[in-house]
Amino acid sequence: MNKQLKRVSMVIFVMFLALMTSSTIIQVGAADELRADPRNTRTRYASFDVERGAILVGGQAVAQSVPTDDEFKFTREYPQGPLYSAITGYYTLNQGMTGIESALNAELSGTSNSQFIDKLTRIITGQKPQGDSVELTINPVVQQAAWDALGDMTGAVVAMDPSTGKILALVSKPTFDPNSLTGNDDKQIIETYNSLLNDPTDPLINRAINGGNHPGSTFKLVTTTSALESGDYTPQSTFPNTGQYQLPQSSSIVRNSWLGTCGPGATTTLATGLMSSCNTPFAQLGVELGSEALADTAESFGFDTELNIPLPVTPGFIPRVQNAPQTALSAIGQQDVMATPLQMAMVSMAIANDGQLMKPQLVDSVVNSDNLATVSEFKPEVFSTPMSAETAEEITQMMISVVSNAAGSATTARIDGVNVAGKTGTAENGTLTDGTDKPYTLWFTGFAPAESPKVVVGVVVENGGGMGLEGTSEGIAAPIGKKVIEAVLNQ
Amino acid sequence: MAKSNVSEVDAAPSSRSSSDKNPRKLRNLELILILFACAINAAAIVLVQWGAVGTLDGQTVLLIGGLSVLVLCLHVAVRFFARDADPLIIPVAALLNGIGIAEIYRIDLAVGLTGWQATSTRQIAWTGMAIISAIIIIVVIRNHRVLLRYTYIFGLVAVVLLLLPLVPGLGDIKGGAQVWISLGDFMSFQPGEIAKIALAIFFAGYLVRNRDSLSMVGKRFLGMSFPRVRDLGPILVFWLLAMSVLVFQRDLGTSLLYFGLFLVMIYVATGRASWILIGLGLFGAGALLAGQQLEYVANRFQNWLNPFDQAVYDQYPGGSLQLVQGLFGMANGGMTGTGLGQGRPEITPLSQSDYIVPSIGEELGLAGMFVLFALYLILIGRGLRIGFAGRDDFGKLLATGLAFVIALQIFIVIGGVTRVIPLTGLTAPFLAAGGSSLLSNWIIVALFIRLSDTIRNQPKLVIE
Repeated sequence: MNKQLKRVSMVIFVMFLALMTSSTIIQVGAADELRADPRNTRTRYASFDVERGAILVGGQAVAQSVPTDDEFKFTREYPQGPLYSAITGYYTLNQGMTGIESALNAELSGTSNSQFIDKLTRIITGQKPQGDSVELTINPVVQQAAWDALGDMTGAVVAMDPSTGKILALVSKPTFDPNSLTGNDDKQIIETYNSLLNDPTDPLINRAINGGNHPGSTFKLVTTTSALESGDYTPQSTFPNTGQYQLPQSSSIVRNSWLGTCGPGATTTLATGLMSSCNTPFAQLGVELGSEALADTAESFGFDTELNIPLPVTPGFIPRVQNAPQTALSAIGQQDVMATPLQMAMVSMAIANDGQLMKPQLVDSVVNSDNLATVSEFKPEVFSTPMSAETAEEITQMMISVVSNAAGSATTARIDGVNVAGKTGTAENGTLTDGTDKPYTLWFTGFAPAESPKVVVGVVVENGGGMGLEGTSEGIAAPIGKKVIEAVLNQ
Repeated sequence: MAKSNVSEVDAAPSSRSSSDKNPRKLRNLELILILFACAINAAAIVLVQWGAVGTLDGQTVLLIGGLSVLVLCLHVAVRFFARDADPLIIPVAALLNGIGIAEIYRIDLAVGLTGWQATSTRQIAWTGMAIISAIIIIVVIRNHRVLLRYTYIFGLVAVVLLLLPLVPGLGDIKGGAQVWISLGDFMSFQPGEIAKIALAIFFAGYLVRNRDSLSMVGKRFLGMSFPRVRDLGPILVFWLLAMSVLVFQRDLGTSLLYFGLFLVMIYVATGRASWILIGLGLFGAGALLAGQQLEYVANRFQNWLNPFDQAVYDQYPGGSLQLVQGLFGMANGGMTGTGLGQGRPEITPLSQSDYIVPSIGEELGLAGMFVLFALYLILIGRGLRIGFAGRDDFGKLLATGLAFVIALQIFIVIGGVTRVIPLTGLTAPFLAAGGSSLLSNWIIVALFIRLSDTIRNQPKLVIE
């Protein structure tokens, strides 16, 4: 009988082997696929079961989870709504997530690798799962100032600490209220989302880091850097001062925006060109430098480079190979050149920080929600070194004159008792069907105090600030930058 | 002084020679393991309470204390009446029972059942009845060979129990299967669970008496020895019985269980593989026919093969929603589980009974599932060990049959929920909510205790 018994034992063993295999396949092999099945309500429940960590600004929550009475236990709440929506993004049940909610989802939901031990401890002790909180680098006063300064205009503002790369303010308008995308009513959320998506003012686009605008004259900072770093130019290098420049191999003519010359005299200097934002010397300079050199310099400022702050940033763009007339227009930030306010603020940051560009960063630290212990902390990181300290100093002096000199283009950014370094830009966007120009894109970037910079800003205002062709960068963009700089300096 | 203790216990009727073994050592080991099991159970129930509610209350004390006291009573009974019994069986059964209660309680909390309405309260009451029954069996049946005397009575009892749910007014249809009898509103009972033990005893007795004619006489064909038609009688009768259970009571799992039990026992008794082949052929033919003729059987196959098909999923009744939700639950648990009290097992229909294993899989993960498999394997392994070491054919056959019936039942229920085989309604031994299942499994524990005690306390007269 024992022979049969052995065989029966083997059969039992095989039966158990089959069960172990099938449960391993379900719980490990196919688990991700099963979790992703839209009919799997557990996945949705689970994401709302966790008390998601908060997103903090100066210790105050700008996104937090609050208990609900329904089956989902928690819902997301954004106490300051639109003020921080460009940073926090939204977090929905079925419509995905954006912003920090998405970029740091693993930390906020408590599923990152660093929280593994934490999770184990919770399983053993039976505690409720809880995600970590994320402290942002944002300064709430500066954020509010940037928000207020931008008013009802379409545009974006970025402010950073040039010595660390910490982002102090990040505003994009028009925007949305992330509270309108929370709650557990799928149908209503989808409706709201679709109406935001179809809104012609594009409130879902983060213009501070994902917009697409010609940088206009603010790009002349890049061209200037390229010239000075080549060793062939100084701020005193001269260019013919004819008030117009005919593009090589073309009948097109580049003029200064006021249709006059670049200061008095038969020749003008690089310094004067930057101060008054003349187009003619920079178009010539661009042709002399060549598109490759211009692209190299732009790349050292972060153009064409993937960047996560940790929100994914749309990199600035400049074509590497261009013919001479295209290069001339690129040198003054037109043609195919594109940039975001963050990108242009990065250009100023390198100049402000003695030639060293710090990596922009939006997250200061990840904090354990239970005991407030720091899980991970932001450390300043050098992104690149686009220029020498001497070049940085020379450009700084030129940028100071842009603001302080009566002939400068950004005199509206002056602050009493402080040297502000700045640069404006007014980008053309082509013509309307009736032949008139489309409203300009208005720019300002700069930093202060020029001697030991505490803040660097990047401002863009689309559509002429709502004033049609009357809107100028000096009248609209520079004062916004000034208010943001003041907010930092007044602290 | 140790001597006086032993002689005191020796006053108990069964004779034993304790020259080469120390029964006290076995029982002390058992006690330690039981206390260990009780501690794990207590921890599980406390975790459930913390995880789901955050406070401890009277229900916790009832569940922890009730089970511990009951198991310790059984242990004391074994100390007096089966001193040489295998020390692993009770702790393993207690642990399985406790994990089951913890998970049932967890689902009670999720769906808001309290007091006598709570399944966990009833489960502890049933555990009480089951363990007391086990104690009575250990005390009353001092030698398992007594059972051999009543072979045919057990056969009759099994058939009566099986047919009981078909009696008008007594039968109760749940989930399409008519395998329950109700006694008032409160108590329902699945006599088929008890019938499987009576059947195992009947088979063991019948086969021990008739194994010669079943194994010796026959014609050789295709290299195998086939039985005579008149010896085929019992298997044909049994096939018909299993099929009628399937057809009339709509219970695929039970019919498969009985038939499997019968085949394995007849194979072990006679050593003839041809019985298995004939049996599987007949069952296969019957199942195929049922799959074509009976819609509910066809649905089970459809659900097994294409559970994620939206049409199959949406079909009601008879769709794959339960199966798929169980799979989602297990996937949700993953490797380490959500933690007790932190999953959503209540989403799956029948999460406390038929789907208790996926519920545990969700909250304790694959790790927890493997612990369950290990515990079951220990229990089955101890049963098989009795079969291997037993010195009388009846005892060997009975232990093997009981061990196999547990194994097969586990395979049918867990295999069903994990898509190894089509889903059929059976309960996971010791874990699932349900009195009849608990009662029958604790009776099997009592029989294992009795059988293992007999093996150890009899001097080795026959060496196989």
